[in-house]
Amino acid sequence: MSTTLTPPLKKVNRIAFEVLSYKGAKTTLCAGCGHNAISERVVECFYEMGVEPWNVAKFSGIGCSSKSPAYFLGMSHGFNGVHGRMPSIATGAMLANRTVLGIGVTGDGDTASIGLGQFMHLLRRNLPFIYIIEDNGVYGLTKGQFSATADLGSKLKTGVINDLPPFDCCALALRCGATLVARSFSGDKKQLQTILKAAIAHQGLSVIDVISPCTTFNDHEGSTKSYSYMKEHDEILNELDFVPFYEDISVEIPDGEVREVELHDGSKLRIRKIGRDYDPSSKFDALKALDEAQQKSEVLTGVFYIDTTKPTFMDMLNMEDAPLATLPESKVRPPKEALDQAMEELR
Amino acid sequence: MSTIEVSPDAARPGEFQQPVVNDFSIQVATINGSGSQTANTVLMRTICQMGVPVSGKNMFPSNIQGLPTWFTIRASKHGYVARKKEIDFLVAMNPETAREDVMKLDSSAAVVYDEPLKLDALRSDLYFYPVPFDKLVGPVCPEAKLRKLVRNMIYDGILARLLSLDMEEIHKALFKQFGKRKAKAAELNWGACQAGYDYAAKTFTKSDPYRIERMNATAGKIIIEGNSAAALGCVFAGVTVVTWYPITPSSSLVEAMIGYLKRFRIDKETGKATYAVVQAEDELSAIGMVLGAAWAGARSATSTAGPGISLMSEFVGLGYYAEIPAVIFDVQRVGPSTGLPTRTAQGDLISTALLSHGDTKHPMFFPHSPEECFSLAIEAFDFAERFQTPLFIMIDLDLGMNNWMADPFEYPTKPIERGKVLTAADLERLGGFARYKDVDGDGVGYRTLPGTNHPQAAYFTRGSGHNEKAQYTEREDDYIHNLDRLAHKFDTMRSHVPKPVVEYNQKARIGFVAFGTSDYAVEESRDQLKFEYGIETSYLRLRAYPFTQDLLDFIRKHDRVYVVEQNRDAQMLGLMRLEFAAEDIARLRSMRYYGGLPLDARTVTDDVIHQEGK
Repeated sequence: MSTTLTPPLKKVNRIAFEVLSYKGAKTTLCAGCGHNAISERVVECFYEMGVEPWNVAKFSGIGCSSKSPAYFLGMSHGFNGVHGRMPSIATGAMLANRTVLGIGVTGDGDTASIGLGQFMHLLRRNLPFIYIIEDNGVYGLTKGQFSATADLGSKLKTGVINDLPPFDCCALALRCGATLVARSFSGDKKQLQTILKAAIAHQGLSVIDVISPCTTFNDHEGSTKSYSYMKEHDEILNELDFVPFYEDISVEIPDGEVREVELHDGSKLRIRKIGRDYDPSSKFDALKALDEAQQKSEVLTGVFYIDTTKPTFMDMLNMEDAPLATLPESKVRPPKEALDQAMEELR
Repeated sequence: MSTIEVSPDAARPGEFQQPVVNDFSIQVATINGSGSQTANTVLMRTICQMGVPVSGKNMFPSNIQGLPTWFTIRASKHGYVARKKEIDFLVAMNPETAREDVMKLDSSAAVVYDEPLKLDALRSDLYFYPVPFDKLVGPVCPEAKLRKLVRNMIYDGILARLLSLDMEEIHKALFKQFGKRKAKAAELNWGACQAGYDYAAKTFTKSDPYRIERMNATAGKIIIEGNSAAALGCVFAGVTVVTWYPITPSSSLVEAMIGYLKRFRIDKETGKATYAVVQAEDELSAIGMVLGAAWAGARSATSTAGPGISLMSEFVGLGYYAEIPAVIFDVQRVGPSTGLPTRTAQGDLISTALLSHGDTKHPMFFPHSPEECFSLAIEAFDFAERFQTPLFIMIDLDLGMNNWMADPFEYPTKPIERGKVLTAADLERLGGFARYKDVDGDGVGYRTLPGTNHPQAAYFTRGSGHNEKAQYTEREDDYIHNLDRLAHKFDTMRSHVPKPVVEYNQKARIGFVAFGTSDYAVEESRDQLKFEYGIETSYLRLRAYPFTQDLLDFIRKHDRVYVVEQNRDAQMLGLMRLEFAAEDIARLRSMRYYGGLPLDARTVTDDVIHQEGK
């Protein structure tokens, strides 16, 4: 942020909004829930990026995670839909108004169990949309049953061991067409912020799987989605830097170590590799890294894949640039001659 | 047009028959996938072009190729377009069903058949015309692999000769059917048709009584399927988001719509679409997209059939409770479960009216014709946005997938109405709003759209308990207040739904209530009751649910009212039972048919006569 000589009474962002304009209602989730940290990151990122809050629409399904849109962006329209089917609602809304920025928050049950079908088909369409999975491997609202992202061998509070393999939502996203795929940890403030900002700047589908521990039902010994497990097993794939389009910062880029990706709005995501040789434009590299990490019981985090060239769903549909929702009658009701012509052909 | 003398010497029942002119049915029995649709449509169009009222019913299997299919064409100088139960003229092309098809005929019916089937040995009370189709098709279609498709056109030529159809009209209908781009295929078919005509002229002496003579009862008419008509309605209603999942018998609705949208809804200046059509992964997603789009302000619609309606149940409850407009076409087929996907029914009434858990109820429109598929579709979008609720347009397979004669559609005169949507300027003036507050006393609140440039524009939509301000609540009084307002909104709809079409007969003590395609059988049955039994009737054709006062008035003016519907459980009568008093219900009688074929008048008449104790 730039400094001014006389500090303003209230701190505002580049479009003169206070951070308060990005906050939501008080959370009703449990103390220490990872989801609350994610909500805070959303508030910070939209504030810092200077997005007009009324140009955002937020979506969710059902579950603890899906409550969170009430706790951020109170000046944005919100839609808390039905279990597992947020993708279809969001798709419809984005088609109706492509100028609105859409963000969805869902959980691992909402996405990987009941909503797997809608999730997979959302991936295929590359809808411009931010899809955040608040992933804790467990159903909270129904008091602690396994979800489909729970790791093999992980243990419930009741001692039940999970004997089914998990879905890796990032691997699915990579395979099926998302154009920004990342994993983070609710406890990693900087990494999550950077990924969120990149997602805001990206035009296409961003899938962010955030490991977000459930302090009430899945934060114990034997859980693979607990704070302590993440502290020990979080394997950071790459160091990330986000350079927003409105900040003119020239950065020295050491050769061969940093890849700079220019995003749709002119912002830049700088991805610095750590240790291994890794190409974030290669799905193969990403899937390989995910597989290797899983073999080693590591939770790989970072930006796995980014593609800024793939056409979005709206491009594929050759849609008007203006929102379909508010096109005037002259654009959506063909003239009488058109009907006459249709009738003549049917005579 | 040539006239053929009836010959007493021909192979036939023997006696001289009075000519039957413009009042008989033709059934063509073929194998599906054999290209018979072209021949059948041309036949139907030709009769229409000759000024004779005509209807066509395709009875087809749920199959791509190889199973029996029947196409029935009815010519009626009286203008009756319901299915006629009795077949007068059979074209037997399918070896598998030919025997049974022939055995089912009434005496004095005529049969054109594929010669090797030797059907003439089956009965002596019919008129038989054997045709060696394979021998005839060879010379007119040198390419062997096309013969199967061209072969059927031969019977059009045979019928042209036997029924006195004008070959020029057939030529016109055929070339219209194929269009300019397929002129070569049209020529090939025309050759086959001519070969049929020449063979019949050379070989047969007309002995049956059936013939077509020119009338002037179809001037200006179009021929269209109900699904295409509904599709056009959506296009002219200004639909902007259409989502769907393929299902018989509704797929052709969206497919026709895609065709018209591409022609009429690409902006000339930008070259871009003023709409989005998405083939979703299932019906759940289709309705989810519709609700999301409508919530964000699009005019959105989807089209499905019974199984899709069942799948949409949860989402439709959300639409009802969160108050989101949607237009949903249900092209009804026979249920329950997979049922008979290619047969017609009116069996989704109760499940649709009350779709989803908890206290829910939804408005339904019942078009009976292509004209109404068009006009009610346009009305539906205004209505759904006016009342911010999912609305169902209940078509059925008979209306949706069959070709109907219709008057050309009228261009909408009313401007598009988008309902109660507040703009940023409105919000500035009002200083805010409460999403679910009944400001106007009609039960309908004001809404805002995402992207409305005002700090007070946003609200949070949820399917969980909410108060007037759209805030989460579990309070008893908030919940009751909201549910009561929704009920009040439903009552308000009664004075805005399309009114029933009522025909009072001062002499009538009994009345009919029907809707959708049952209308045609009922209209004809009323004539049968009057002319055959001396029974006068009144008639109310329902066009919408919730019911209006007109229905109650109608019931009270008659001793007995027959509610005619195409389902087993008297579903429409059941909906009346939910809200009418016992003494009104006591006047109602139920006439039901649920065999999957389009309802015919005789079935209605016989049932009523039986119930009347005559």
